[in-house]
Amino acid sequence: MDEELFRQTYSIHGRDFDKAGETAAHIKQILRELGLDAGLVHRAVIIAFEAEMNVVMYADEGTVTFTLTEDALKLEIADQGPGIEDIELALTEGYSTATDQMREMGFGFGMGLPNIRKNSDDFNLVSEVGKGTTVSAMIQLNSSA
Amino acid sequence: MKLTEIKDLLRCDVLTGGDDLSMEIETVVASDGMSEILAFAYPGALMLTGLTNVQSVRTADIAQVRAIIYIRGKRPDAKAVNLARENNIPVLVTTLGMFDVCGILRDAGLKGGM
Repeated sequence: MDEELFRQTYSIHGRDFDKAGETAAHIKQILRELGLDAGLVHRAVIIAFEAEMNVVMYADEGTVTFTLTEDALKLEIADQGPGIEDIELALTEGYSTATDQMREMGFGFGMGLPNIRKNSDDFNLVSEVGKGTTVSAMIQLNSSA
Repeated sequence: MKLTEIKDLLRCDVLTGGDDLSMEIETVVASDGMSEILAFAYPGALMLTGLTNVQSVRTADIAQVRAIIYIRGKRPDAKAVNLARENNIPVLVTTLGMFDVCGILRDAGLKGGM
């Protein structure tokens, strides 16, 4: 059985640009303290940071849940936001619905979701327009991709 | 190439981390888009950007960038510099533009990201 060794959930507040990224930084610190492989930590924190930024930019509220088992590191990012109408399009590099304000922050160039998918061994995105979006990303601990 | 040599080459001011610029830099990632940095930076790369907010430093930290050079004389605010200091990321500023900085560093033998 894939027993949970560690689980933590963080609240993310929409539009709070000053604090955006603190959750990913905290996850990075925990993973380093746990002694995980540097490459895996790198992939996990990119996923966490991109997903956190998406919540901050688009949603009112959200959570990041980070779970570690013996075999895998899982990140689930759930938000109460506008949802995504066309998921395939949203996963296309370069496609973005970002506002000028988001671009001024350095984000919203259509790379966020593709970056999350690229760094995941397993990726799933469920979204309902008007309700919100949940991104699930998994990294196998024995993978080298 | 050592960061201190890059500092001289680009005539940079150092905002933090000036006590040790001896680290070796081999690759460079240059963008104002933070997801581009996250997608293309090798850990240990030098980051060139014109984006000066706190997210630029957060991105550098997440991407495991070794140092940041802000271009066109743009200076990050105190919050950004403090975050860089906490994370031991040297912060430099050059008055040169992105095109010239990239050209100079490429001529000096540095490589791009992926």
